[in-house]
Amino acid sequence: MSIDVASPIPLEAFLSVAAMLFCVGVWGLINSRNAVRVLMSIELMLNAVNINLMAFSNYLDGQLIRGQVFAIFVITVAAAEAAVGLAILLSLYRNRETVDMERFNLLRW
Amino acid sequence: MSIASTTQQICFLVLSATTVVGSLGVVLLPSIVYSAFLLGGVFLSVAGLYLLLNASFVAAAQILVYVGAVNVLILFAIMLVNKQETLAAIPGLLVRRLLSGAVCAGLFALLLRVAFTTTWALPGPTPVGEEATIRIGEHLFTDYLLPFELASVLLLMAMIGAIVLARRDVFSTDVITGEPADQGLIEKDRTPLLIEKSAAAPTLLSKP
Repeated sequence: MSIDVASPIPLEAFLSVAAMLFCVGVWGLINSRNAVRVLMSIELMLNAVNINLMAFSNYLDGQLIRGQVFAIFVITVAAAEAAVGLAILLSLYRNRETVDMERFNLLRW
Repeated sequence: MSIASTTQQICFLVLSATTVVGSLGVVLLPSIVYSAFLLGGVFLSVAGLYLLLNASFVAAAQILVYVGAVNVLILFAIMLVNKQETLAAIPGLLVRRLLSGAVCAGLFALLLRVAFTTTWALPGPTPVGEEATIRIGEHLFTDYLLPFELASVLLLMAMIGAIVLARRDVFSTDVITGEPADQGLIEKDRTPLLIEKSAAAPTLLSKP
């Protein structure tokens, strides 16, 4: 195995980890019965996107690290999303007295 | 970065294995509390991956915001909605899980194929390394100033929205029936604050 001194880890390795994290997040988002776990899956997907942004920023845009700035904005939006999402979840729990996703079926087709 | 390349590779392998196994645990473990703590572990190892990518500032922000705020918020939500309930069985649940698993595996294969067949413009410019924090500061106050200010407005909106959504003493009427509806269904015996102030308002206790 030839090791490049400048970047010992290939870019594709980071992309693969991010892809795996994203797919696990999508699966959890679809299949979770607990509403809190759905929010956790969304956080996993956001982290996967952030890993992609950071990897591209380091490997392809090393001088103007715009990907890192984007990752900071994504972290900000994720924090806001988590706060509002958990407030909605709390309100839902007070109204329906359950966190089972299968019973939130008012808008079901 | 001044770490030897073999050390970096070992660190990457350990961190990525922790990330993937931890995320699988987050979605698969039956106990939601274990999932929340594993999610904290996933966030920490992602911060380690950021350190490998010469981004110490974003790694610190990741630990502060995700582990310190989001994960704690999720743990509090688990404590607030902690009701042991037996989930009703759904017909075809296993089929649904397998089907969505197949779709996700297909998506994973697609992403891997894109990642490995695209010819990236490597090697790119040399990473700035330790100067990354300075560059981020310059970006945030010059060409990304408007998104930066908008982010502050967004955080304020999210804070106010979360307070309004989660407050307990909101007293409103049901849209369909017109009778007073209470958000605090769990604490029925506790009189809401707004009712105490005005005696003319209908009380919730008289509602069946």
